[in-house]
Amino acid sequence: MKYLCLIYNDEREMGTQPRADGEKMMAEYYQFTEDIKKSGHYAGGDALQPTTTATTVRVRQNKVSTTDGPFAETKEQLGGFYMINAKDLNDAIQVASRIPGAKTGSVEVRPVRVFAQQ
Amino acid sequence: MADERVRDRIDELYRSDSRRVLATLIRLLGDFDRAEEALHDAFAAALDTWPREGMPDSPRAWLVSTGRFKAIDRLRRAARFDAVVGELATQTDPAVQPTGESPLEDDSELADDRLRLIFTCCHPALNPDARIALTLREVCGLETEQIAKAFLTSAPTLAQRIVRAKNKIRDARIPYQVPARDELPDRLAAVLHVVYLVFNEGYSASVGDAVTRPDLSSEAIRLGRLLVELLPEPEAIGLLALMLLHDARRQARTSPDGELILLEAQDRSIWNRTQIDEGLALVERALRSRQVGPYSLQAAIAAVHAEARDAASTDWPQIVGLYDVLMRLDPSPVVELNRAAAVAMRDGPAAGLALVDAILDRGDLAEYHLAHSARADLLRRLGRGPEAIAAYDRALTMATQEPERRFIERRIAALKR
Repeated sequence: MKYLCLIYNDEREMGTQPRADGEKMMAEYYQFTEDIKKSGHYAGGDALQPTTTATTVRVRQNKVSTTDGPFAETKEQLGGFYMINAKDLNDAIQVASRIPGAKTGSVEVRPVRVFAQQ
Repeated sequence: MADERVRDRIDELYRSDSRRVLATLIRLLGDFDRAEEALHDAFAAALDTWPREGMPDSPRAWLVSTGRFKAIDRLRRAARFDAVVGELATQTDPAVQPTGESPLEDDSELADDRLRLIFTCCHPALNPDARIALTLREVCGLETEQIAKAFLTSAPTLAQRIVRAKNKIRDARIPYQVPARDELPDRLAAVLHVVYLVFNEGYSASVGDAVTRPDLSSEAIRLGRLLVELLPEPEAIGLLALMLLHDARRQARTSPDGELILLEAQDRSIWNRTQIDEGLALVERALRSRQVGPYSLQAAIAAVHAEARDAASTDWPQIVGLYDVLMRLDPSPVVELNRAAAVAMRDGPAAGLALVDAILDRGDLAEYHLAHSARADLLRRLGRGPEAIAAYDRALTMATQEPERRFIERRIAALKR
């Protein structure tokens, strides 16, 4: 079963941390990604640019509207994600708990919905 | 006549074994709702055939296999045949049963389906309220209406909570298994917490017109016994002891007209001695394990009270000492407040008051009625009437249980005389 692990962190904190800390985190992410590739959990994943680069698209009455943002009021923003293959939720939680961002922010684990084939 | 007897046996079997059968059916069928339907089909079939053909040798095994057969039959008829029956076939293949990777698997006692059911209902990924509701519904077999009434929620709200939890178990694939050894302490703590919350609501109802809700206490004790039977970890034993010792005082805690009676004023001759003896033996067993946890310590404190002839001859220094250990192990403002009350009994009300004031000055427990009524009681004992009244008044603005409110009102009235 596939689970999407959404990694939330305070992006302002991410932007202001000392360079050495940033490099350490990158190294941890690199290691983690290698680990879950080896264990067969990895199905995809990327880091995202900060929310200042985000654009929201809506279609209302057939008209496309684009707006800057969202710049959520929340403390933590979506900063990256992994798509993983896991046996069940316990397995997924085990993998998610090893994502480096879980130590500073939080990781939302969402099962991927499978639509029945008609 | 024989019919009647078989029907009585089936009723009895439903009460004693339906949860076990359900727990196994959930494993075999991989779905709560499907298993519940199968359980009812199996009992209906029993009512139909047993009076004619007699009871089977192993009624429980008969119910499980009949339930499973009926469920597969239902699925066949429901045209979803291919996908789900295929899935079921793999799930019921013993080689790929979901517990395959658990190191506890070898120990058949621990791999019991009832434990799987408890751990699944108390999974930390479920909403805490839902864990309680689901456990009472699935493990204890209480009706949704009963649970709603006990927690003073509406039945539809509660039913929805249960449905949502079951959907999450299915859609997020929460596995039906006993956690592996390395996860066990955390996961068991979550289970014990659910049992503890059910007991607490029964022991001291948070709202309403009664002090206790004996139904909930009894269910919690039943759950505690089941856990100790299936997984005799020290803290499970400690929690059962704690519940038995507290519940032993139930009768003495309220007057015949439903008024609250504090520990110091209780008639100790009506404490349930059988339950106390059982509780004391369990405390000893839990403490002997040398893995003393918060529940065992609280049970040890309850044991000191249970062994005392009256409030004055209670071994308060020992109680304070136990609270000291508890504060190191599992510190919380509530534990600190209870410790302060014990210090007041050991060293006098002034010493206790200083500690209670320190807690309240920090801003902790400012909204907790028992902190203010404890403070009021200490002021009263120090002869500081007006301050005591003010503190009782504050407590009264926060207390929601009727007998507690009346108790505080009586205290205020006595001080004003």
